[in-house]
Amino acid sequence: MVRACSSCKVDKAAVKRPKTGKAVCKKCFFGLFEDEVHQTIISNKLFSKGERVAIGASGGKDSTVLAYVLSLLNRRHSYGLDLFLLSVDEGISGYRDDSLAAVQRNKVEYGLPLLVVDYKRLYGWTMDQIVQVIGRKSNCTFCGVFRRQALDRGATLLKADKVATGHNADDIAETIFLNFLRGDFPRLSRCVDAVTGRGSELPRVKPFKYTYEKEIVMYAYFKQLDYFATECVYSPNAYRGHARQFLKDLEAKRPSAIVDVIHAAEQFRFPEPGNPDVAMPVQRKCERCSYISSQRLCKACILTDSLNNGTAAQVNRFSTNKFSSNE
Amino acid sequence: MTTLELQFGGGLEALFSHKKQMEVRVPDESVRTIKDLIEYIRTTLIRERHDMFISQGTLRPGILVLVNDVDWELVDAREYVLKEGDHISFISTLHGG
Ligand SMILES: [Zn+2]
Ligand SMILES: [Zn+2]
Repeated sequence: MVRACSSCKVDKAAVKRPKTGKAVCKKCFFGLFEDEVHQTIISNKLFSKGERVAIGASGGKDSTVLAYVLSLLNRRHSYGLDLFLLSVDEGISGYRDDSLAAVQRNKVEYGLPLLVVDYKRLYGWTMDQIVQVIGRKSNCTFCGVFRRQALDRGATLLKADKVATGHNADDIAETIFLNFLRGDFPRLSRCVDAVTGRGSELPRVKPFKYTYEKEIVMYAYFKQLDYFATECVYSPNAYRGHARQFLKDLEAKRPSAIVDVIHAAEQFRFPEPGNPDVAMPVQRKCERCSYISSQRLCKACILTDSLNNGTAAQVNRFSTNKFSSNE
Repeated sequence: MTTLELQFGGGLEALFSHKKQMEVRVPDESVRTIKDLIEYIRTTLIRERHDMFISQGTLRPGILVLVNDVDWELVDAREYVLKEGDHISFISTLHGG
């Protein structure tokens, strides 16, 4: 027998919330889900009135739910935001086509303007062409660097003040683990922030920082939101896959594990840049494309050069850590 | 025999020739609980890439199950006893951000 909702005590419970273990009905689940995202937005000051916000939209579950919920909260709480959908076309045939079609449907359904930027036009190379040259080993390195910059370029074209991404609590816990395992302290301290690049020209915000993947999928299921689920045809990111499976196994035993990892990482403190004990890279601008960079040329320009002059395969061999693109 | 309505989503439909819904009739003596149903799906419905569905002999963590649109964690999960006409959804959370 299904128990009654622990929140309204009236309707039949439909979801067991992983964070709290509480059983709630559909209606209360929607309300709690939306309120928690609203709380994350307010308490981390993710947005200010009048801002233009580009939502990184892949057509997948996270960004689809993000676009839906941000539109809804923007109306409900009068954030006064101008929202846009921003998609990146990596040029991967048979993969991106279907997911971009899902974004096109979101554009119509949510009434949000959409901009698609593509690798071919930005860098002169599609991912399909890059993989032909460098093989399937570390192509995620190229893709990660290119995607990050493509989103920023697209956001600039939209005159956006901020980029909102669909990174959820599970993604963030996973990234914490990965950065820890790589000994990547600068990223370890940054990856847990709800806002990265605060004070820069284009901060990135994560309204789903505390939102469980399970709840995002449940929300999409009950609301019948239209998203596209597939694995990238080139995704060989085995290391991340292990971290992911490890966390899912932990979560199955103790659902609060995800948010506990995030809370633990929030307590990490690292020396400020300038402290000689830990070299934190200083940010400047790429001499060629003026994208933000810690070296003379930005990563995207270095990688594009290596593709154009035929040395990409070598760059690739030494790239695992230096160019790792995950935040 | 028990008639069940199965639904697959979140990328799992790829295992079933991209069919998101299907009706199945399962023998009620061998397929009594969802645990049995998972085994039935593994052995009779899936032809390849079993690891997308099963991990270490059980449903892969990260796949959500709903029984008549109710989280299976609220209805005894694996031990839920199937009833005629039940709608069982398997939705993966593991694919595509
Ligand atoms: Zn309720
Ligand atoms: Zn550059």
